[in-house]
Amino acid sequence: MLLQATAITKAFAGVQALKRVSFDLHPGEVHALVGENGAGKSTLIKIITGAVRPDSGTLLVAGHAIAHMTPSAARAIGIAAIYQQPALFPDLTVAENIALALETPGRWTRVDWPARKRRAASLLERVGAAIDPDRLVETLSMPEQQIVEIAKAIGADAKIVVMDEPTAALTDREVENLYRIVRRLRADGAGIIYISHRLDEVFALADRITVLRDGETVATNEAVRVSRPELIAMMIGRELSAVFPKRPVSLGDVALELRGVSNRAAGIRNISLSVRRGEIVGVAGLVGSGRTQLAETVFGLTPADAGDIVVNGASRRITSPADAIAAGIGYVPEDRRQHGVVLDMSIASNASLASLPRVSHLGLIDRRAERQSAQRYAEQFRIKCASLEADVGTLSGGNQQKVALARWLSTEPSILILDEPTQGVDVGSKAEIHGLMQQLAERGLAIIMISSELPEILGMSDRVAVMHAGSIRAVLGRDLATPPRIMALALAEDAATDNTDPSATDNTDNTDL
Amino acid sequence: MTRRELSVTAAIAGLAFVLAVRSAGFFAPDNLVDLFLANLPVLIIALGMTLVILTGQIDISVGSMFAICGVAAGVLAKAGVPLPLVAAATCATGMALGSLNGALVAYARIPSIVATLATMVALRDGLRWITQGAWVQDLPDRFQWLGTSQSIYPVLAGSIAVVLVGLFSWSLRNLPVGRAIYATGSNADAARLAGLPTGFVTFATFALLGALTGLAALLNSVRFNQIPSNAGLGLELKVIAAVVVGGVAITGGRGNVAGTVLGVVLLGMIGPALTFLGVSAYWERAIQGGIILAAVAFEALRARPVSHAAAVAAART
Repeated sequence: MLLQATAITKAFAGVQALKRVSFDLHPGEVHALVGENGAGKSTLIKIITGAVRPDSGTLLVAGHAIAHMTPSAARAIGIAAIYQQPALFPDLTVAENIALALETPGRWTRVDWPARKRRAASLLERVGAAIDPDRLVETLSMPEQQIVEIAKAIGADAKIVVMDEPTAALTDREVENLYRIVRRLRADGAGIIYISHRLDEVFALADRITVLRDGETVATNEAVRVSRPELIAMMIGRELSAVFPKRPVSLGDVALELRGVSNRAAGIRNISLSVRRGEIVGVAGLVGSGRTQLAETVFGLTPADAGDIVVNGASRRITSPADAIAAGIGYVPEDRRQHGVVLDMSIASNASLASLPRVSHLGLIDRRAERQSAQRYAEQFRIKCASLEADVGTLSGGNQQKVALARWLSTEPSILILDEPTQGVDVGSKAEIHGLMQQLAERGLAIIMISSELPEILGMSDRVAVMHAGSIRAVLGRDLATPPRIMALALAEDAATDNTDPSATDNTDNTDL
Repeated sequence: MTRRELSVTAAIAGLAFVLAVRSAGFFAPDNLVDLFLANLPVLIIALGMTLVILTGQIDISVGSMFAICGVAAGVLAKAGVPLPLVAAATCATGMALGSLNGALVAYARIPSIVATLATMVALRDGLRWITQGAWVQDLPDRFQWLGTSQSIYPVLAGSIAVVLVGLFSWSLRNLPVGRAIYATGSNADAARLAGLPTGFVTFATFALLGALTGLAALLNSVRFNQIPSNAGLGLELKVIAAVVVGGVAITGGRGNVAGTVLGVVLLGMIGPALTFLGVSAYWERAIQGGIILAAVAFEALRARPVSHAAAVAAART
């Protein structure tokens, strides 16, 4: 046994990321790790590579217990990781990048440039790549950079190679090349942990498949003994919890309509979608399917280069967030700390930041009006804080998110776009935010909710738009939106799309609305 | 009062106490007026620098702008231009130079330290080339003390300082643009998402700093009967030091005008205080450096709460 992880548990600030997960790896096998976004795959990988320390559980490498795995220890015992985004130094050459990973120089050792270059060239040859070792990494394409990463792993004589979504940026031909390299690594006796959302690849490469869900191991199966639908069922198969407060709302006029909206720079192609007053449209899809880019396009951060954005019946040109706000669109972004709130500013100032004219008289901020408005939202949303003058940075994630919501509701929008509204939020706040969304819909707001959580999508949405590779693959009504169907569409499983045939005509109807 | 303002006030009070005991001559009215007038340019420029640093930028070209504006004022006065016009033109010159910096930073997206390093060098040497190093002399009589007397001028200058400090402090608190400045410096992405014109805010703070530098140069030149073409050497350091000591975070988004005023007072007092206390003046810069280091170290050590959201985000990626 090359690697044996037993009963690994890890919590981040109270959120359980892994619950007694076990995983093993034999020499000469490809062991695939699959699961939804947030299932715990990345955390498990980080524990195996030493980037994160588990709360409990044991890790055996080649039969030896490793008490404290660290990144350098992992490297020393032959664990190498290749990520979706290669982690190379762009200003150094290929040979230097490889050397940095492999050489362990003494303080006064002279750099042996010819040896460096020779080693880099031979490693690159072994993976079958014709890359000049003298090239700067920044001049390499993404797949070439990935090959350099693989060359590093081979050079380090890695016994355990972790590949995290390695094909996300690759074309079909490059994927074939990668398969070849992976198979060669396997033939040489290495164990490969392969993470991918693409089930085609998983079945093409894997000997065994482990499914993670909500931080727990669902099952480990021989690849030949499990079918694709079974795998999908294992990935999503959980009860829809009853906490979602979605009640039917009578729908009003169309508030927002996208007609063939494209944004080449952001990778968004020909999006048509409409949202009515009182309606919640969920946007599902994998990370990288273009959901956030769609939101940013509608909000004017990266203006659309084709198509129409029609707000309350009038076509609007939206080229900046200010345009979007003027048109009555609010956007609560995904990465709250990076984009959502200003951590160094008070709750009251954060809440009024997008609606300063509304709390100003004759160009002066009316601090009383500002406070009253913030007070109202703090009470309505039950924001837990010492005072409205407290910095937002002192609040919990859920309360920060409520402040972000308050900011956008202060602009009195008619359309609200929520990107991962409950990501990293504790369970109690999550239910409160869902309750708020329901109230807002009842008040006639049109809501677009982007989410990676299938239960949230299914529980809150009137309709579900499923995105893949920058376009909407289908818009499903509430009755047609089932977990397997959404998952299949998001994974771009052609076989599964056939199942949705009856709704295929329906889709076009919906998208043309 | 913030903790920083309290500690700077305490330092000022301590220094004043030692001076009062050891050499009461420091508090003679003439000395205080001299001290005030000598530090007035630093104070006025520091107000503008506070805004620039609050937006997360920096301007190290103020010394060069100061020299150009001073020479411009003198040349115009010698040419017989009426004094009010000289004053307006000097501020306008500063504003134009500041706008250049602002455009380079906000629109050409050049990091402010690099952009203003370039203008600092280019403006300084451009002026040297044009003037061939010559000072402006034979200024018209009216120019001195701006046509007032030596006893009235400090009152005028003092009123200008008080009005400016009050105006800036009040505006930062009460005008939407003040909010925009803090938000831009604290989290430019979030500010942009909230629909604030972060680019224009950045540009405008540089332009305003330029105009204030022009005003400072004007108020400084009228105290002497000639205007050096190499004025303002090292001025940027004094100004930035005062702002930082006053508690404005060099990374932007935090600080206020009151802190800056205290910073100017503390750093401005140290040199003369040493003279009065009989300490070698060579110590002045070392002590100022120590104070700046203490202020910046305090800022760096100010621990931020580790957030729940960051940890979960880390777990999910």
